[in-house]
Amino acid sequence: MNDFIMAETPVDISALRRVLLVPEAGGFCSFEGRVRQTNEGRAVSGIDYSAFGPLALTEGQAILTEAKQRFALCRATAMHRTGYLSIGEMAVWIGVCAAHRDAAFSACRYIIDEIKQRVPIWKNEHYTSGETGWVPCHTF
Amino acid sequence: MLNIELQYFAQLQDEAGKIHEIRKTPAPTAAALYDELRNAYDFALEPACMRVAINSAFAPWDQPLCEGDHVAFIPPVTGG
Repeated sequence: MNDFIMAETPVDISALRRVLLVPEAGGFCSFEGRVRQTNEGRAVSGIDYSAFGPLALTEGQAILTEAKQRFALCRATAMHRTGYLSIGEMAVWIGVCAAHRDAAFSACRYIIDEIKQRVPIWKNEHYTSGETGWVPCHTF
Repeated sequence: MLNIELQYFAQLQDEAGKIHEIRKTPAPTAAALYDELRNAYDFALEPACMRVAINSAFAPWDQPLCEGDHVAFIPPVTGG
């Protein structure tokens, strides 16, 4: 089963979360990334996300598999949107569960960092001025 | 000459003015093919900041190309 999901439309997060509520897990951690109203000092109206679907799925799944091996996770799921998202819409969701909190916090952080570095997804920002621009690359 | 299926993403898609093409090329590797495409489309991105995917899997730039390969050059990713 592929736990990494690429979605063209909004996803019911409560359903993804429910899968992670297992009796052996005492800790659940999630991260939500949302479209922000400014970037680099420019007013943003929305972001159009595009992806190389097949490779995004395999790379995303590889990251989740790595996270399960590195940290003592019970389960891990991640979802990334494509298409045009307005301010405040959820672009990425990550959920992990583990017996204890340390593994859950660390794995959640690992997964978002790796997604941002490796998964072939691109942001085309739309500005309130009417212009658009590809975000050059992530700054860490 | 090889027939290579190319798919373009992000700024490469804008610069090439297309999403997809099948191109006849003498380029023996992905690196040589990118050089050829830079001449054709004036791609601004340096290969040093990109990766290449052959048949939907990351591959080394010097991997020999085969007839019918699907090639995608991967601009710096910005998901999340």
